[in-house]
Amino acid sequence: MKKIAIAMALSAVVCTAQATPVKVGMITTLTGGGASLGIDIRDGFMLAVKQAGNSDLTVVIEDDARKPPLAVQIADKMIQLEKVDILTGIVWSNLAMAVVPSAVAQGKFYLSPNAGPSALAGKRCHQNYFNVAWQNDNLHEAMGSYASNIGYHKPYILAPNYPAGKDALVGFKRLFKGELAGETYTKLGQKDYAAEIAKIRASGADSIYFFLPGGMGISFMKQYTQSGVTLPVMGPAFSFDQGILKAVGKAALGVKNSSQWSKDIDNETNRAFVSSFGAEYDRLPSLYASQGFDTANLILSAMKTADVKDTDAFRAALKAADFASVRGAFKFGSNQHPVQNIYVREVIEENGVLTNKIIATALQDHGNVYAEQCNL
Amino acid sequence: MPLTLLFEQLLNSLQFGMMLFLMSAGLTLVFGVMGLINLAHGVLYMVGAFACAIVASLTGSFWLGLVASLIAAAMAGALVEIGVIRKLYQRDHLDQVLATYALILIFSEATRWLFGSFPLYLDVPQILATPINLFGWFYYSSYRLFIIFVGLVVAVGLYWLIVKTRLGMRIRAGATDREMIAALGVDIRTLYTLVFALGAGLAGLAGALLGALQSVEVGMGDSVLILAFVVIVIGGIGSIKGAFIGAMLVGLVDTMGRFLLPELLALFLTPESAASIGGALSSVAIYILMAVILVVKPKGLVSANA
Repeated sequence: MKKIAIAMALSAVVCTAQATPVKVGMITTLTGGGASLGIDIRDGFMLAVKQAGNSDLTVVIEDDARKPPLAVQIADKMIQLEKVDILTGIVWSNLAMAVVPSAVAQGKFYLSPNAGPSALAGKRCHQNYFNVAWQNDNLHEAMGSYASNIGYHKPYILAPNYPAGKDALVGFKRLFKGELAGETYTKLGQKDYAAEIAKIRASGADSIYFFLPGGMGISFMKQYTQSGVTLPVMGPAFSFDQGILKAVGKAALGVKNSSQWSKDIDNETNRAFVSSFGAEYDRLPSLYASQGFDTANLILSAMKTADVKDTDAFRAALKAADFASVRGAFKFGSNQHPVQNIYVREVIEENGVLTNKIIATALQDHGNVYAEQCNL
Repeated sequence: MPLTLLFEQLLNSLQFGMMLFLMSAGLTLVFGVMGLINLAHGVLYMVGAFACAIVASLTGSFWLGLVASLIAAAMAGALVEIGVIRKLYQRDHLDQVLATYALILIFSEATRWLFGSFPLYLDVPQILATPINLFGWFYYSSYRLFIIFVGLVVAVGLYWLIVKTRLGMRIRAGATDREMIAALGVDIRTLYTLVFALGAGLAGLAGALLGALQSVEVGMGDSVLILAFVVIVIGGIGSIKGAFIGAMLVGLVDTMGRFLLPELLALFLTPESAASIGGALSSVAIYILMAVILVVKPKGLVSANA
């Protein structure tokens, strides 16, 4: 018996020394509406994997086409057949809510490179769930705080009528001090905003805040510039990020938007990331790409100090977040969501390309309000 | 409530209705004449928008892009009709739905493969970029006025084509009795291809016109397709006049719903819940309209071939 015990202990030591391979399953949106987000996350992630050159890390990637049932199917397949250790990649909150709770309950790790629904940050937080991007409210809170600081006192706010849209307006109002000229929930996927713009014009607002991800935001900005209304516009980074700016065109110039990342954040990792991403894919990275890149580096950092089969040790290694983030300092709060700076960027034209420049720090070391509902 | 706001919203309704008409005219024509349910109609809208964006960015002229959108969508329509649709006329509607759904997937992925997943840039032409002052009363987007104008021109043109020309007569005859018109020596195959290309061209034109206001991206036609179906069901499937009336009605109910419902609810609810409930209600308003009309007039407002 004693011999066996020693042999087992020895083999355990040998295992950690060689490091067991880690298999990551990435479920993300690569076709259909919103595919550019998933493609950026994947490209950022794979860039970090390639740069690390760690042969113990393998990644399997599948497309969820933005459909919750499909994402659930893929997750089941990855867990049961592919035997992945870590899942990641999901872009949308509704897909995350469908996949994450069951995956973490089966003992897998889930690292979110984008979606941060409030439920998973609060009551339904889980020790195996980490969010590497932000909690959904964060960027909106930052803009609300910034809007009061620079003296807007009557903004008109606008978001689609779905959970993340409601989180957005609640988040904006949480740190904004003042009254609203009005608030409107539009239909998800709506492309014509003539009726809303007319309402804004008549409302006596002094500024506009909108959260309209993807094509919705492009449509809104174009129609807004043609309408002759000239109030200042604010939004979260999603509608003014690299992948979208080209389609919005000059209409976006001067818009203030909030982001936890920008390509001009001055640190070595970020400079290297921006130039190597450009060299690899021939385009500027977006914030989604930066989130994918950070997620992969977090996994790689944990692999250095812990064995993925030793769940507790690996979890502690993830939580330590001992990696060089493109955002600069990076740490997790008690509910395993980032505590980070959130910046305000302005859309500028640089060498003929529309891009963003940081003009202020909206919130320092900002966590989220749901942490107290989470008992980890 | 200021009168200018109400008037502006009426113009918005009219503009939205015109765009819906461009989209649904082709759909209803194809259904009326060939008895075909064409889910791929939204794809032709996308083809038009992409053609316009690409030609406009190459030549710098939106107007050339607009012409290109018509040609590209009509050609894509003709190819689809000859290659796929032609084999489906004798099959039942389920086969047609399956085949045209497959076309959506094929066209969408092919477009992504060719042009990538990122939205393309397309802006309105310079002379229509600035709002104009209407009657010294208020400013309105000149581009939206232009869309209203194009919609009216197309409506009048279609009326003339269907009612006054020989081709229109054959189209009407083909809708009523296709065996008889074939027996009378009309080349029904060419006629069908022509009608399909015409519908496709109109969808492409709508895509280009709206692409300049919205985003030109893969999948942009999907939501418009649903609206177009609502319009032709309300108007009476197969009738151009019905499509026009249906489009105006849907445009009015949708725009006014988005405008008035939250205001109405705000009279007796908190602003927050009025915004949320009003938003939810106005997004289903047109479907409620459709349900009511189907109860009262199951064949739609204007029954086909009338």
